[in-house]
Amino acid sequence: MKGKIKFVQGNEACVEAAMYAGLDFFAGYPITPSTEIAEHLSYRLPQQGGKFLQMEDEIASMCAIIGASLTGHKVMTATSGPGFSLMQEALGYAVMAEIPAVIVNVQRGGPSTGNPTHVSQGDVNQARWGTHGDHAIITLTASSHQDLFDITVDAFNLAETYRTPVILLLDEVIGHMREKLVIPEDGEIPLVKRLRTSLKEGVDYHPYFPREDGRIPMSDFGGVHRYNVTGLYHDMWGFPSDNPRLVHDLIRHLVDKIQNDRHIITRCNQYHLDDARTILIAYGSAARSAHHVVETSRREGQRVGLLELKTLWPFPSGLIREKCAKARTIIVVEMNMGQVLAGVKQAVDNPESVFLANRIDGVLIKPVDITRIMRLIQGRGV
Amino acid sequence: MGVKDYIRTRFFPHIWCPGCGHGTVLNSLLTAIEKLGLSKNDIVFVSGIGCSSRISGYVDFHTLHTIHGRAVAFATGVKMSRPGLNIIVPMGDGDALAIGGNHFIHAARRNIDLTAIVMNNRIYGMTGGQFSPLSGYGIKATTAPYYNIDHGFDIAELSVAAGATFVARSTTYHVKQLTNIFCKAILHKGFSVVEVLSQCPTYFGRKNNAGSAVDMMEFYKNNTIPKGSKAKEENSDLIERGIFVQKELPEYCEEYDKIIKIAKNRG
Ligand SMILES: Cc1ncc(C[n+]2csc(CCOP(=O)(O)OP(=O)(O)O)c2C)c(N)n1
Ligand code: SF4
Ligand SMILES: [Mg+2]
Repeated sequence: MKGKIKFVQGNEACVEAAMYAGLDFFAGYPITPSTEIAEHLSYRLPQQGGKFLQMEDEIASMCAIIGASLTGHKVMTATSGPGFSLMQEALGYAVMAEIPAVIVNVQRGGPSTGNPTHVSQGDVNQARWGTHGDHAIITLTASSHQDLFDITVDAFNLAETYRTPVILLLDEVIGHMREKLVIPEDGEIPLVKRLRTSLKEGVDYHPYFPREDGRIPMSDFGGVHRYNVTGLYHDMWGFPSDNPRLVHDLIRHLVDKIQNDRHIITRCNQYHLDDARTILIAYGSAARSAHHVVETSRREGQRVGLLELKTLWPFPSGLIREKCAKARTIIVVEMNMGQVLAGVKQAVDNPESVFLANRIDGVLIKPVDITRIMRLIQGRGV
Repeated sequence: MGVKDYIRTRFFPHIWCPGCGHGTVLNSLLTAIEKLGLSKNDIVFVSGIGCSSRISGYVDFHTLHTIHGRAVAFATGVKMSRPGLNIIVPMGDGDALAIGGNHFIHAARRNIDLTAIVMNNRIYGMTGGQFSPLSGYGIKATTAPYYNIDHGFDIAELSVAAGATFVARSTTYHVKQLTNIFCKAILHKGFSVVEVLSQCPTYFGRKNNAGSAVDMMEFYKNNTIPKGSKAKEENSDLIERGIFVQKELPEYCEEYDKIIKIAKNRG
């Protein structure tokens, strides 16, 4: 990598990556700790001929980016918990109508206004189940600015590949922390373009008819194919239908297209897992502290490893099961009441070996918080 | 082309009750589009949820049937990202002004080039006859079994105050005027609002002893007057029809284009 080097906040790294990925339409509403994303984009987007909209609220922001995605643009919005709550209905619309979009949630403490300027990872389950109804969703996260860059580009790529909204679940520490970022050269990270139908004007285009590989080519609104898009159950023309067979197949399709590819969508970092007796599982800013613990423990000769998750949904059960097969103790490190912990317990053979090292007080979990719990579990006292 | 060429026959029969005013609005709107000779590929219908919003499914344009109250917000994204398109946003009175009221006034304030059509039947038709913010004081509804104590909006006044640069009102009885107004609204560059009084015999009619669809249209005939008529001074209950505001002001997408020019020069 020999790209441009910058020293930036995580929110800015996210902006750099979005621009790299081809973002050309953003709509949002200011909210701490995500606001810098909107601020930077209001400056950057028009320089490239892109559009930045400050809407009247987060509901409108989510709706506006869906509209813009339909005309063929790469779109994003950014928010934090309260705004993410407001977006849920429209997010479900994007799931149902299969419209690519990237939604950044820089997490703060909740519920409600919670703690705008402090860190939390309390929205993991909201990202999964915030909108109503059966569905699948892709949610990515990162613990360093370089990873954040890659995962943001990834988010745009996955959104196009699966015709789905993708959630980038960051946290206050990552969003505001400053760190080195190397911006890759153009072409260094492959970009997924919108898959557009090759059907010519006059040929009947079915907006929801999958190709053999399962992907569904799109046609830009305003182009030569006119079709209906709805949040109702619909047929391959996009027309509302309540035919039970069709409804069944639609829900299965929405879930399967993502769940069946979880091995492809799963991303992680692994540190010293091969011989690890104790495995820490962490993500986002908590993974930085967990990583520190692994480094110091190793120096002391302890066989500790770290599995850092970068894909939270679809939940990487297979990966966790495989990597933790030989571990005696698994400690999930997160800043909530155990939202990933629950998934890990389900994934492994021996749920009694899984423990939680957490903080829920708006303070970044520190290596000492983790080691204290680790020592207790290992029977070594504080 | 005739009006029929703008319709998706595959989608029929439609869901509207016999006598519903919404069909008349559809017919009038398509007549206007035909008169203007617009290309089907350049037209986008963006609607929310309600009986009125189903209009988008029946027409052979790019059609986006969204969620309740948010049509204007979706439409803003479509328009901003592809300003060359003609965007028509048909909504119910509840859709546009209860759940969607905030988006409505902000789009008006921005003067973004959308044609917002409020099909005002003063009731929530789709959910079975609850009162809406347009029902008005004294009206009966399934959620106002005694009588409604909420006061209604005046859509025209609200739109003008919010900054819409074209504001008009007509009814399903006055179809010629309505078609004419639609033509002007679609051609207008900026945020246009057309309020159409559109009867819901099934719920508003029944609950309020307003009679049949024909009786309700009679009511529109007898209780509305052209804007500026003297009759309004004598009887303030009369509802004015016609164009309330039509003015040229900078349009939002064009204003943003200026920002792009400046940003590119600096960038
Ligand atoms: C968020 C949300 N809340 C409530 C509803 C239920 N709902 C559907 S249509 C509607 C009101 C329709 O009334 P209006 O907009 O006046 O249209 P009409 O049916 O009268 O034409 C309501 C409350 C919904 N679909 N979504
Ligand atoms: S319920 Fe009322 S608004 Fe809905 S279709 Fe019937 S008459 Fe029209
Ligand atoms: Mg209504």
